[in-house]
Amino acid sequence: MNAGPVIIERELCDFVAHEARLLDARRFDEWLALFAANGRYWIPLQGAEQAEGAAHNALADEDSLLLSLRVQRLKNPRAHSQHPVSRCQHVLQRSALTHADHAAGRYELATPFIYVESRGERQLMLAGTARHRLVRSAQGLLIELKRIDLLDAGTALPAIQLFP
Amino acid sequence: MRRADVAALVEDDRVHRDLYLSAELFELEREHFFANTWNYVGHASQVREPGDYVAVEIAGRPLLMVRQGDGSIRVLYNRCAHKGTQLVSDASGNVGKFFRCPYHAWTYKLDGAPLAMPLKGGYDGTRLKACESGQGMAAVPHVAVYRDFVFAKLNDAGPGFDEYFGELLRSIDNLVERSPLGRLRIEGGVLRNIVHCNWKMYLENINDTVHPMSTHESATAAAHALWQGRSADEPKPMSMEQILPFGAGYDFFDRMGARVHPNGHSVLGVNFSIHSGYAQLPDYEASMREAYGAERAAEILQRSPQNALCFPSLALKGSPQAIRVIRPLAVDRTLIEAWSFRAEGAPDLLFERAMTYNRLVFSPMSVVAHDDVHLFESIQQGLRARGNDWVSLHRDFERGELAQDTQTVNGTNEILMRNQFRAWVKFMTLDMPA
Repeated sequence: MNAGPVIIERELCDFVAHEARLLDARRFDEWLALFAANGRYWIPLQGAEQAEGAAHNALADEDSLLLSLRVQRLKNPRAHSQHPVSRCQHVLQRSALTHADHAAGRYELATPFIYVESRGERQLMLAGTARHRLVRSAQGLLIELKRIDLLDAGTALPAIQLFP
Repeated sequence: MRRADVAALVEDDRVHRDLYLSAELFELEREHFFANTWNYVGHASQVREPGDYVAVEIAGRPLLMVRQGDGSIRVLYNRCAHKGTQLVSDASGNVGKFFRCPYHAWTYKLDGAPLAMPLKGGYDGTRLKACESGQGMAAVPHVAVYRDFVFAKLNDAGPGFDEYFGELLRSIDNLVERSPLGRLRIEGGVLRNIVHCNWKMYLENINDTVHPMSTHESATAAAHALWQGRSADEPKPMSMEQILPFGAGYDFFDRMGARVHPNGHSVLGVNFSIHSGYAQLPDYEASMREAYGAERAAEILQRSPQNALCFPSLALKGSPQAIRVIRPLAVDRTLIEAWSFRAEGAPDLLFERAMTYNRLVFSPMSVVAHDDVHLFESIQQGLRARGNDWVSLHRDFERGELAQDTQTVNGTNEILMRNQFRAWVKFMTLDMPA
Protein backbone atom coordinates (compact mmCIF):
# COMPACT_ATOMS: atom_id res chain seq x y z
CA MET A 1 0.00 0.00 0.00
CA ASN A 2 1.33 3.43 -0.92
CA ALA A 3 1.77 6.06 1.73
CA GLY A 4 -0.89 8.76 1.65
CA PRO A 5 -0.09 12.35 0.65
CA VAL A 6 -0.14 13.61 4.23
CA ILE A 7 2.44 11.02 5.28
CA ILE A 8 4.61 11.84 2.27
CA GLU A 9 4.44 15.56 2.98
CA ARG A 10 5.54 14.87 6.53
CA GLU A 11 8.44 12.78 5.25
CA LEU A 12 9.54 15.55 2.86
CA CYS A 13 9.38 18.26 5.52
CA ASP A 14 11.35 16.03 7.89
CA PHE A 15 13.96 15.54 5.19
CA VAL A 16 14.43 19.31 4.80
CA ALA A 17 14.74 19.76 8.56
CA HIS A 18 17.18 16.86 8.75
CA GLU A 19 19.33 18.40 6.01
CA ALA A 20 19.64 21.64 7.99
CA ARG A 21 20.38 19.76 11.21
CA LEU A 22 23.29 17.94 9.56
CA LEU A 23 24.84 21.29 8.57
CA ASP A 24 24.33 22.75 12.04
CA ALA A 25 26.00 19.66 13.53
CA ARG A 26 28.91 19.93 11.04
CA ARG A 27 28.14 16.43 9.74
CA PHE A 28 29.22 17.54 6.26
CA ASP A 29 29.94 14.10 4.77
CA GLU A 30 26.47 12.90 5.66
CA TRP A 31 25.10 16.15 4.26
CA LEU A 32 26.94 15.62 0.96
CA ALA A 33 25.46 12.13 0.72
CA LEU A 34 21.98 13.68 0.56
CA PHE A 35 22.73 15.09 -2.90
CA ALA A 36 22.00 13.13 -6.08
CA ALA A 37 24.97 12.51 -8.40
CA ASN A 38 23.74 15.42 -10.54
CA GLY A 39 22.85 17.47 -7.47
CA ARG A 40 23.33 21.22 -7.40
CA TYR A 41 23.66 23.78 -4.61
CA TRP A 42 22.82 27.23 -5.91
CA ILE A 43 22.57 30.72 -4.40
CA PRO A 44 21.57 33.05 -7.25
CA LEU A 45 22.80 36.63 -7.04
CA GLN A 46 19.35 38.06 -7.75
CA GLY A 47 17.64 35.87 -5.17
CA ALA A 48 14.07 34.83 -5.93
CA GLU A 49 13.97 37.09 -9.01
CA GLN A 50 16.59 35.10 -10.90
CA ALA A 51 15.21 32.68 -13.50
CA GLU A 52 16.74 29.23 -13.69
CA GLY A 53 19.08 29.18 -16.69
CA ALA A 54 19.49 32.98 -16.87
CA ALA A 55 23.03 34.10 -17.71
CA HIS A 56 23.54 35.72 -14.33
CA ASN A 57 26.06 35.00 -11.64
CA ALA A 58 25.57 33.41 -8.23
CA LEU A 59 27.20 33.61 -4.81
CA ALA A 60 27.66 29.85 -5.17
CA ASP A 61 26.72 27.40 -7.90
CA GLU A 62 28.17 24.05 -7.06
CA ASP A 63 28.00 20.57 -8.49
CA SER A 64 28.99 17.55 -6.42
CA LEU A 65 32.66 18.05 -7.29
CA LEU A 66 32.75 21.60 -5.92
CA LEU A 67 30.66 20.69 -2.88
CA SER A 68 33.11 17.87 -2.12
CA LEU A 69 35.99 20.33 -2.50
CA ARG A 70 34.35 22.61 0.07
CA VAL A 71 33.83 19.76 2.52
CA GLN A 72 37.34 18.35 2.01
CA ARG A 73 38.87 21.77 2.55
CA LEU A 74 37.06 22.23 5.85
CA LYS A 75 38.81 19.10 7.16
CA ASN A 76 42.28 20.50 6.40
CA PRO A 77 43.91 22.02 9.49
CA ARG A 78 45.45 24.57 7.13
CA ALA A 79 42.07 25.96 6.15
CA HIS A 80 43.25 29.18 7.79
CA SER A 81 39.89 30.88 7.80
CA GLN A 82 38.60 28.10 10.05
CA HIS A 83 40.70 29.25 13.00
CA PRO A 84 38.51 29.94 14.86
CA VAL A 85 36.00 27.57 13.35
CA SER A 86 32.70 28.69 11.79
CA ARG A 87 29.46 27.41 13.26
CA CYS A 88 25.99 27.77 11.86
CA GLN A 89 22.38 27.60 12.91
CA HIS A 90 19.43 27.29 10.55
CA VAL A 91 16.10 28.45 11.94
CA LEU A 92 13.48 27.05 9.58
CA GLN A 93 9.88 28.02 9.08
CA ARG A 94 7.50 25.17 8.18
CA SER A 95 8.20 23.89 4.64
CA ALA A 96 5.50 24.26 1.99
CA LEU A 97 5.15 21.54 -0.63
CA THR A 98 5.06 23.57 -3.84
CA HIS A 99 5.12 20.73 -6.36
CA ALA A 100 4.47 17.00 -6.13
CA ASP A 101 4.60 14.35 -8.82
CA HIS A 102 3.90 11.21 -6.80
CA ALA A 103 4.16 8.90 -9.81
CA ALA A 104 7.66 10.10 -10.67
CA GLY A 105 8.63 10.60 -7.02
CA ARG A 106 9.60 14.24 -7.59
CA TYR A 107 8.85 17.01 -5.15
CA GLU A 108 9.61 20.67 -4.52
CA LEU A 109 9.48 22.44 -1.20
CA ALA A 110 9.93 26.05 -0.13
CA THR A 111 11.29 26.70 3.35
CA PRO A 112 11.74 30.26 4.65
CA PHE A 113 14.68 30.48 7.03
CA ILE A 114 16.99 32.60 9.08
CA TYR A 115 20.62 31.52 8.96
CA VAL A 116 23.22 32.54 11.51
CA GLU A 117 26.92 31.91 10.98
CA SER A 118 29.27 32.59 13.87
CA ARG A 119 33.00 32.74 14.00
CA GLY A 120 34.99 34.15 16.90
CA GLU A 121 33.46 37.48 17.87
CA ARG A 122 31.64 37.98 14.61
CA GLN A 123 28.18 36.87 13.66
CA LEU A 124 26.46 36.98 10.28
CA MET A 125 22.72 36.65 9.77
CA LEU A 126 20.97 35.94 6.49
CA ALA A 127 17.30 35.52 5.70
CA GLY A 128 15.84 33.74 2.71
CA THR A 129 13.91 30.82 1.33
CA ALA A 130 15.43 27.44 0.60
CA ARG A 131 13.87 25.66 -2.37
CA HIS A 132 14.51 21.94 -2.46
CA ARG A 133 13.95 19.81 -5.53
CA LEU A 134 13.89 16.23 -4.26
CA VAL A 135 13.74 12.95 -6.10
CA ARG A 136 12.96 9.52 -4.72
CA SER A 137 15.61 6.94 -5.57
CA ALA A 138 16.73 3.50 -4.44
CA GLN A 139 18.76 5.26 -1.71
CA GLY A 140 15.71 7.18 -0.53
CA LEU A 141 15.10 10.89 -1.07
CA LEU A 142 17.95 12.81 -2.70
CA ILE A 143 18.51 16.50 -3.43
CA GLU A 144 18.62 17.37 -7.11
CA LEU A 145 18.67 21.07 -6.39
CA LYS A 146 18.97 23.13 -3.28
CA ARG A 147 18.32 26.68 -4.38
CA ILE A 148 18.71 29.35 -1.73
CA ASP A 149 17.01 32.65 -2.44
CA LEU A 150 18.60 35.14 -0.08
CA LEU A 151 16.88 38.40 0.75
CA ASP A 152 20.21 40.22 0.31
CA ALA A 153 22.23 38.11 -2.12
CA GLY A 154 23.23 41.15 -4.17
CA THR A 155 24.43 43.34 -1.33
CA ALA A 156 27.97 43.63 -0.03
CA LEU A 157 28.53 40.63 2.21
CA PRO A 158 31.29 39.42 4.49
CA ALA A 159 32.64 35.90 4.05
CA ILE A 160 29.98 33.17 4.23
CA GLN A 161 32.03 30.07 4.99
CA LEU A 162 29.49 27.32 5.61
CA PHE A 163 26.21 26.52 3.89
CA PRO A 164 23.04 28.64 4.19
CA MET B 1 50.19 66.34 8.80
CA ARG B 2 52.79 67.87 6.56
CA ARG B 3 54.43 66.49 3.47
CA ALA B 4 57.57 65.31 5.28
CA ASP B 5 55.54 63.50 7.96
CA VAL B 6 53.70 61.49 5.31
CA ALA B 7 56.82 60.78 3.26
CA ALA B 8 58.62 59.45 6.35
CA LEU B 9 56.06 56.63 6.61
CA VAL B 10 57.28 55.01 3.39
CA GLU B 11 60.93 53.96 3.26
CA ASP B 12 62.65 52.46 0.24
CA ASP B 13 62.05 48.90 1.39
CA ARG B 14 59.35 49.04 4.08
CA VAL B 15 56.23 50.95 5.10
CA HIS B 16 54.96 52.13 8.46
CA ARG B 17 51.96 50.35 9.95
CA ASP B 18 50.10 53.66 10.30
CA LEU B 19 49.32 53.39 6.60
CA TYR B 20 46.92 50.58 7.53
CA LEU B 21 45.85 51.60 11.01
CA SER B 22 45.55 55.37 11.23
CA ALA B 23 42.05 56.82 10.81
CA GLU B 24 43.64 60.26 10.47
CA LEU B 25 45.69 59.06 7.50
CA PHE B 26 42.59 57.52 5.95
CA GLU B 27 40.83 60.89 6.06
CA LEU B 28 43.89 62.49 4.48
CA GLU B 29 43.86 59.80 1.80
CA ARG B 30 40.30 60.80 0.92
CA GLU B 31 41.22 64.47 0.77
CA HIS B 32 44.49 64.06 -1.11
CA PHE B 33 45.42 60.59 -2.37
CA PHE B 34 42.11 59.41 -3.79
CA ALA B 35 41.19 62.87 -5.03
CA ASN B 36 44.54 63.29 -6.82
CA THR B 37 44.49 59.90 -8.56
CA TRP B 38 42.37 58.65 -11.45
CA ASN B 39 39.83 56.22 -10.04
CA TYR B 40 37.56 53.82 -11.90
CA VAL B 41 33.93 54.92 -11.83
CA GLY B 42 32.20 52.31 -13.98
CA HIS B 43 31.70 50.95 -17.47
CA ALA B 44 29.73 52.73 -20.17
CA SER B 45 27.62 49.61 -20.77
CA GLN B 46 26.06 50.15 -17.35
CA VAL B 47 24.44 53.38 -18.58
CA ARG B 48 23.21 52.71 -22.10
CA GLU B 49 20.27 55.09 -22.48
CA PRO B 50 20.07 58.84 -21.82
CA GLY B 51 19.15 59.34 -18.18
CA ASP B 52 20.69 56.02 -17.08
CA TYR B 53 22.80 56.45 -13.97
CA VAL B 54 24.99 54.46 -11.62
CA ALA B 55 25.73 55.74 -8.11
CA VAL B 56 29.22 55.18 -6.74
CA GLU B 57 31.37 56.57 -3.94
CA ILE B 58 34.95 57.66 -4.55
CA ALA B 59 37.15 59.33 -1.94
CA GLY B 60 34.10 59.39 0.33
CA ARG B 61 32.11 61.50 -2.14
CA PRO B 62 28.73 60.43 -3.54
CA LEU B 63 28.93 60.41 -7.34
CA LEU B 64 26.66 59.66 -10.27
CA MET B 65 27.81 58.41 -13.65
CA VAL B 66 25.13 59.65 -16.04
CA ARG B 67 24.48 59.03 -19.74
CA GLN B 68 23.68 62.34 -21.46
CA GLY B 69 21.18 63.08 -24.21
CA ASP B 70 24.05 63.44 -26.72
CA GLY B 71 25.47 60.00 -25.80
CA SER B 72 28.37 61.29 -23.74
CA ILE B 73 28.94 60.37 -20.10
CA ARG B 74 29.30 62.76 -17.21
CA VAL B 75 30.10 62.28 -13.56
CA LEU B 76 28.15 64.53 -11.19
CA TYR B 77 28.04 64.85 -7.44
CA ASN B 78 24.87 63.24 -6.10
CA ARG B 79 23.76 66.31 -4.16
CA CYS B 80 20.92 68.74 -4.63
CA ALA B 81 22.26 72.28 -4.90
CA HIS B 82 19.55 73.41 -2.48
CA LYS B 83 19.86 71.46 0.79
CA GLY B 84 22.14 68.55 -0.05
CA THR B 85 19.60 65.77 -0.62
CA GLN B 86 20.89 62.95 -2.82
CA LEU B 87 19.09 63.30 -6.16
CA VAL B 88 18.79 59.52 -6.45
CA SER B 89 19.06 56.91 -3.76
CA ASP B 90 18.95 53.70 -5.82
CA ALA B 91 22.27 52.16 -6.87
CA SER B 92 21.31 52.48 -10.53
CA GLY B 93 18.33 53.41 -12.68
CA ASN B 94 17.02 55.94 -15.14
CA VAL B 95 15.94 59.47 -14.19
CA GLY B 96 14.23 60.25 -17.49
CA LYS B 97 14.99 63.62 -19.06
CA PHE B 98 15.99 65.42 -15.86
CA PHE B 99 16.83 65.01 -12.18
CA ARG B 100 14.12 66.03 -9.74
CA CYS B 101 14.91 66.40 -6.08
CA PRO B 102 12.33 64.53 -4.00
CA TYR B 103 12.56 67.11 -1.18
CA HIS B 104 11.59 70.51 -2.74
CA ALA B 105 11.28 69.57 -6.42
CA TRP B 106 14.31 71.47 -7.71
CA THR B 107 15.11 70.04 -11.13
CA TYR B 108 18.31 69.70 -13.16
CA LYS B 109 19.24 68.73 -16.69
CA LEU B 110 21.19 65.51 -17.16
CA ASP B 111 24.43 67.53 -17.17
CA GLY B 112 23.50 69.02 -13.79
CA ALA B 113 22.51 72.48 -15.08
CA PRO B 114 19.62 74.03 -13.10
CA LEU B 115 16.23 73.69 -14.77
CA ALA B 116 13.45 74.86 -12.46
CA MET B 117 12.32 75.25 -8.88
CA PRO B 118 9.01 76.14 -7.17
CA LEU B 119 8.44 79.72 -5.95
CA LYS B 120 11.14 81.03 -8.22
CA GLY B 121 10.09 84.63 -7.60
CA GLY B 122 11.19 84.27 -3.98
CA TYR B 123 14.79 84.26 -5.18
CA ASP B 124 14.53 87.54 -7.10
CA GLY B 125 17.06 89.96 -5.73
CA THR B 126 18.83 87.29 -3.66
CA ARG B 127 22.40 86.03 -4.14
CA LEU B 128 21.25 82.52 -5.18
CA LYS B 129 22.16 82.78 -8.86
CA ALA B 130 25.66 83.98 -8.06
CA CYS B 131 26.50 81.26 -5.55
CA GLU B 132 27.02 77.49 -5.78
CA SER B 133 23.41 76.77 -4.90
CA GLY B 134 22.30 78.51 -8.07
CA GLN B 135 24.74 76.65 -10.32
CA GLY B 136 23.05 73.26 -10.29
CA MET B 137 24.60 69.90 -9.53
CA ALA B 138 28.39 70.12 -9.35
CA ALA B 139 30.23 68.08 -11.98
CA VAL B 140 33.49 66.20 -11.42
CA PRO B 141 35.96 68.30 -13.43
CA HIS B 142 38.23 65.52 -14.68
CA VAL B 143 36.49 62.58 -16.34
CA ALA B 144 37.94 60.28 -18.99
CA VAL B 145 36.12 57.58 -20.94
CA TYR B 146 38.69 55.20 -22.39
CA ARG B 147 37.20 52.43 -24.55
CA ASP B 148 34.08 52.57 -22.34
CA PHE B 149 36.03 52.46 -19.05
CA VAL B 150 35.09 55.59 -17.11
CA PHE B 151 37.59 57.18 -14.73
CA ALA B 152 37.44 60.34 -12.64
CA LYS B 153 39.86 62.55 -10.75
CA LEU B 154 38.24 64.83 -8.19
CA ASN B 155 41.07 67.32 -7.64
CA ASP B 156 42.82 69.53 -10.17
CA ALA B 157 46.22 68.41 -8.91
CA GLY B 158 47.99 65.52 -10.60
CA PRO B 159 48.65 64.40 -14.17
CA GLY B 160 46.11 64.14 -16.96
CA PHE B 161 44.54 60.78 -17.79
CA ASP B 162 46.90 59.61 -20.56
CA GLU B 163 50.01 60.56 -18.65
CA TYR B 164 48.68 59.00 -15.45
CA PHE B 165 48.02 55.55 -16.92
CA GLY B 166 50.55 55.54 -19.75
CA GLU B 167 51.30 52.01 -20.97
CA LEU B 168 48.70 50.49 -18.64
CA LEU B 169 46.06 51.48 -21.17
CA ARG B 170 47.37 48.59 -23.30
CA SER B 171 45.91 46.27 -20.66
CA ILE B 172 42.49 47.83 -21.16
CA ASP B 173 43.06 47.51 -24.91
CA ASN B 174 43.76 43.80 -24.45
CA LEU B 175 40.53 43.29 -22.54
CA VAL B 176 38.53 45.12 -25.21
CA GLU B 177 40.31 43.53 -28.17
CA ARG B 178 39.46 40.05 -26.97
CA SER B 179 36.10 40.93 -28.46
CA PRO B 180 36.27 40.44 -32.24
CA LEU B 181 33.98 43.48 -32.43
CA GLY B 182 36.07 45.51 -29.99
CA ARG B 183 33.20 45.96 -27.54
CA LEU B 184 32.59 44.76 -23.98
CA ARG B 185 29.43 44.66 -21.93
CA ILE B 186 29.14 44.31 -18.16
CA GLU B 187 26.75 41.41 -17.59
CA GLY B 188 25.82 38.77 -15.07
CA GLY B 189 25.76 40.98 -11.98
CA VAL B 190 28.41 42.00 -9.49
CA LEU B 191 29.78 40.10 -6.51
CA ARG B 192 30.26 42.47 -3.58
CA ASN B 193 32.49 41.70 -0.61
CA ILE B 194 33.02 43.55 2.64
CA VAL B 195 36.48 42.91 4.01
CA HIS B 196 37.48 44.22 7.43
CA CYS B 197 40.91 45.41 6.44
CA ASN B 198 42.61 48.46 5.04
CA TRP B 199 42.36 48.72 1.25
CA LYS B 200 46.14 48.48 0.82
CA MET B 201 46.32 44.88 2.03
CA TYR B 202 43.94 43.90 -0.74
CA LEU B 203 45.81 45.94 -3.33
CA GLU B 204 49.18 44.51 -2.33
CA ASN B 205 47.80 41.00 -2.48
CA ILE B 206 46.81 41.52 -6.11
CA ASN B 207 50.56 41.61 -6.72
CA ASP B 208 51.54 38.95 -4.19
CA THR B 209 52.73 35.79 -5.91
CA VAL B 210 54.25 34.18 -2.86
CA HIS B 211 51.05 33.67 -0.87
CA PRO B 212 49.06 31.13 -2.97
CA MET B 213 51.14 28.12 -1.95
CA SER B 214 50.62 28.63 1.79
CA THR B 215 47.44 30.75 1.90
CA HIS B 216 45.44 28.62 -0.55
CA GLU B 217 46.93 25.28 0.41
CA SER B 218 43.65 23.89 1.78
CA ALA B 219 41.66 24.76 -1.37
CA THR B 220 44.24 23.54 -3.85
CA ALA B 221 44.99 20.37 -1.84
CA ALA B 222 41.28 19.52 -1.87
CA ALA B 223 41.07 20.19 -5.62
CA HIS B 224 44.11 18.05 -6.34
CA ALA B 225 42.83 15.22 -4.13
CA LEU B 226 39.51 15.21 -6.00
CA TRP B 227 41.14 15.36 -9.41
CA GLN B 228 44.08 12.99 -8.88
CA GLY B 229 44.10 9.76 -10.82
CA ARG B 230 42.42 11.35 -13.86
CA SER B 231 44.43 11.09 -17.05
CA ALA B 232 46.19 14.26 -18.14
CA ASP B 233 44.19 14.55 -21.37
CA GLU B 234 40.81 14.24 -19.68
CA PRO B 235 39.07 17.56 -20.27
CA LYS B 236 38.72 19.40 -16.99
CA PRO B 237 35.49 21.03 -15.93
CA MET B 238 35.86 24.81 -15.93
CA SER B 239 36.00 24.89 -12.15
CA MET B 240 39.02 22.56 -12.00
CA GLU B 241 40.67 24.35 -14.92
CA GLN B 242 40.46 27.56 -12.90
CA ILE B 243 41.23 26.33 -9.36
CA LEU B 244 44.03 23.78 -9.90
CA PRO B 245 46.63 26.33 -11.16
CA PHE B 246 46.46 28.12 -7.79
CA GLY B 247 48.70 25.33 -6.52
CA ALA B 248 51.57 26.27 -8.86
CA GLY B 249 54.90 26.61 -7.07
CA TYR B 250 57.20 29.53 -6.26
CA ASP B 251 59.22 28.89 -9.39
CA PHE B 252 56.14 29.21 -11.63
CA PHE B 253 55.16 32.52 -10.07
CA ASP B 254 58.73 33.82 -10.23
CA ARG B 255 59.10 32.98 -13.91
CA MET B 256 55.79 34.61 -14.90
CA GLY B 257 57.57 37.93 -14.64
CA ALA B 258 56.18 41.39 -14.02
CA ARG B 259 56.51 44.96 -15.16
CA VAL B 260 56.17 48.03 -12.98
CA HIS B 261 55.06 51.36 -14.39
CA PRO B 262 55.06 54.91 -13.07
CA ASN B 263 52.23 56.00 -10.73
CA GLY B 264 51.85 52.65 -8.95
CA HIS B 265 50.64 50.60 -11.92
CA SER B 266 51.90 47.14 -12.77
CA VAL B 267 51.34 44.10 -14.93
CA LEU B 268 51.97 40.78 -13.20
CA GLY B 269 52.49 37.74 -15.41
CA VAL B 270 54.05 39.37 -18.46
CA ASN B 271 55.35 35.96 -19.63
CA PHE B 272 52.42 33.72 -18.62
CA SER B 273 50.05 33.27 -15.69
CA ILE B 274 47.70 30.82 -14.02
CA HIS B 275 45.24 31.80 -16.75
CA SER B 276 47.45 30.77 -19.67
CA GLY B 277 46.39 27.11 -19.66
CA TYR B 278 42.66 27.52 -20.37
CA ALA B 279 41.36 25.33 -23.19
CA GLN B 280 41.74 26.84 -26.64
CA LEU B 281 38.68 27.72 -28.69
CA PRO B 282 39.42 27.25 -32.41
CA ASP B 283 36.27 28.99 -33.73
CA TYR B 284 36.83 32.00 -31.53
CA GLU B 285 40.49 32.20 -32.52
CA ALA B 286 39.45 32.08 -36.18
CA SER B 287 37.05 34.97 -35.64
CA MET B 288 39.81 36.91 -33.89
CA ARG B 289 42.17 36.34 -36.84
CA GLU B 290 39.44 37.54 -39.17
CA ALA B 291 38.94 40.68 -37.11
CA TYR B 292 42.55 41.61 -36.35
CA GLY B 293 44.75 39.63 -38.75
CA ALA B 294 46.75 36.54 -37.76
CA GLU B 295 49.70 38.30 -36.15
CA ARG B 296 47.74 40.80 -34.09
CA ALA B 297 45.19 38.17 -33.02
CA ALA B 298 47.99 35.92 -31.77
CA GLU B 299 49.46 38.83 -29.81
CA ILE B 300 46.13 39.65 -28.20
CA LEU B 301 45.36 36.06 -27.22
CA GLN B 302 48.83 35.27 -26.00
CA ARG B 303 48.86 38.15 -23.54
CA SER B 304 47.26 36.72 -20.43
CA PRO B 305 48.59 38.42 -17.31
CA GLN B 306 47.69 37.42 -13.79
CA ASN B 307 46.63 40.96 -12.96
CA ALA B 308 47.04 44.36 -14.51
CA LEU B 309 46.71 46.96 -11.77
CA CYS B 310 45.33 50.37 -12.67
CA PHE B 311 46.43 51.91 -9.39
CA PRO B 312 44.65 52.34 -7.02
CA SER B 313 41.12 51.21 -7.81
CA LEU B 314 41.01 48.64 -10.60
CA ALA B 315 42.53 45.22 -11.29
CA LEU B 316 42.02 43.67 -14.73
CA LYS B 317 42.19 40.14 -16.03
CA GLY B 318 42.13 39.84 -19.81
CA SER B 319 41.38 36.14 -19.57
CA PRO B 320 39.04 35.46 -17.87
CA GLN B 321 37.36 38.77 -18.68
CA ALA B 322 36.94 39.92 -15.12
CA ILE B 323 37.74 43.05 -13.16
CA ARG B 324 37.93 43.86 -9.50
CA VAL B 325 37.15 47.30 -8.15
CA ILE B 326 38.60 48.35 -4.81
CA ARG B 327 36.44 50.83 -2.87
CA PRO B 328 37.85 51.87 0.52
CA LEU B 329 35.04 52.51 3.05
CA ALA B 330 36.98 53.16 6.26
CA VAL B 331 40.52 52.70 7.52
CA ASP B 332 39.66 49.08 8.36
CA ARG B 333 36.82 48.35 5.93
CA THR B 334 36.99 47.83 2.16
CA LEU B 335 34.42 46.98 -0.47
CA ILE B 336 35.61 44.68 -3.23
CA GLU B 337 33.48 44.30 -6.36
CA ALA B 338 34.00 41.61 -9.00
CA TRP B 339 32.40 42.33 -12.38
CA SER B 340 32.19 40.06 -15.44
CA PHE B 341 32.40 41.13 -19.06
CA ARG B 342 30.75 39.71 -22.13
CA ALA B 343 33.00 40.30 -25.14
CA GLU B 344 30.71 41.04 -28.07
CA GLY B 345 31.14 38.60 -30.93
CA ALA B 346 32.92 36.06 -28.71
CA PRO B 347 31.39 32.72 -27.69
CA ASP B 348 29.28 32.42 -24.53
CA LEU B 349 32.01 30.24 -23.05
CA LEU B 350 34.26 33.28 -22.53
CA PHE B 351 31.54 34.99 -20.54
CA GLU B 352 30.99 31.77 -18.59
CA ARG B 353 34.69 31.77 -17.73
CA ALA B 354 34.45 35.32 -16.39
CA MET B 355 31.40 34.58 -14.24
CA THR B 356 32.75 31.23 -13.05
CA TYR B 357 36.12 32.70 -12.12
CA ASN B 358 34.52 35.55 -10.19
CA ARG B 359 32.23 33.12 -8.40
CA LEU B 360 34.99 30.64 -7.54
CA VAL B 361 37.59 33.18 -6.50
CA PHE B 362 35.92 36.52 -5.64
CA SER B 363 32.52 35.61 -4.17
CA PRO B 364 31.81 36.08 -0.44
CA MET B 365 31.40 32.28 -0.57
CA SER B 366 34.68 31.57 -2.38
CA VAL B 367 36.86 28.97 -0.67
CA VAL B 368 39.87 30.67 -2.25
CA ALA B 369 38.92 34.12 -0.94
CA HIS B 370 38.03 32.84 2.53
CA ASP B 371 41.68 32.31 3.37
CA ASP B 372 42.77 35.60 1.77
CA VAL B 373 40.14 37.58 3.63
CA HIS B 374 40.91 35.86 6.92
CA LEU B 375 44.58 36.78 6.54
CA PHE B 376 43.94 40.41 5.56
CA GLU B 377 41.72 40.76 8.62
CA SER B 378 44.38 39.03 10.69
CA ILE B 379 47.00 41.55 9.52
CA GLN B 380 44.67 44.40 10.46
CA GLN B 381 44.69 43.03 14.02
CA GLY B 382 48.31 41.84 14.14
CA LEU B 383 49.76 45.20 13.16
CA ARG B 384 48.60 46.61 16.50
CA ALA B 385 51.44 44.69 18.15
CA ARG B 386 54.39 46.56 19.64
CA GLY B 387 58.00 45.74 18.88
CA ASN B 388 57.84 46.33 15.12
CA ASP B 389 56.12 49.32 13.54
CA TRP B 390 57.04 48.36 10.01
CA VAL B 391 55.80 46.09 7.19
CA SER B 392 58.58 44.46 5.19
CA LEU B 393 58.86 44.92 1.42
CA HIS B 394 62.51 43.93 1.17
CA ARG B 395 62.35 41.00 -1.28
CA ASP B 396 64.65 41.68 -4.25
CA PHE B 397 65.14 45.34 -3.33
CA GLU B 398 68.01 47.00 -5.15
CA ARG B 399 69.02 50.60 -4.72
CA GLY B 400 69.21 50.97 -8.49
CA GLU B 401 65.44 50.51 -8.85
CA LEU B 402 64.88 53.95 -7.35
CA ALA B 403 66.25 55.59 -10.48
CA GLN B 404 64.00 53.65 -12.89
CA ASP B 405 60.27 54.15 -13.03
CA THR B 406 59.54 51.40 -15.56
CA GLN B 407 61.19 48.00 -15.34
CA THR B 408 60.63 44.33 -16.01
CA VAL B 409 61.36 42.03 -13.10
CA ASN B 410 60.90 38.51 -11.73
CA GLY B 411 57.35 37.65 -10.68
CA THR B 412 58.03 37.36 -6.95
CA ASN B 413 59.83 40.70 -6.66
CA GLU B 414 58.19 42.93 -4.05
CA ILE B 415 59.01 45.95 -6.19
CA LEU B 416 55.39 45.68 -7.39
CA MET B 417 54.30 46.68 -3.89
CA ARG B 418 57.14 49.14 -3.30
CA ASN B 419 56.03 50.79 -6.53
CA GLN B 420 52.48 51.16 -5.16
CA PHE B 421 53.73 52.83 -1.99
CA ARG B 422 56.05 55.19 -3.86
CA ALA B 423 53.01 56.33 -5.84
CA TRP B 424 51.03 56.56 -2.62
CA VAL B 425 53.50 59.12 -1.23
CA LYS B 426 53.54 61.00 -4.52
CA PHE B 427 49.78 61.47 -4.78
CA MET B 428 49.23 61.85 -1.05
CA THR B 429 51.65 64.77 -0.79
CA LEU B 430 51.07 66.36 -4.20
CA ASP B 431 48.88 69.13 -2.81
CA MET B 432 49.96 69.03 0.84
CA PRO B 433 51.70 71.89 2.62
CA ALA B 434 55.48 71.38 2.66
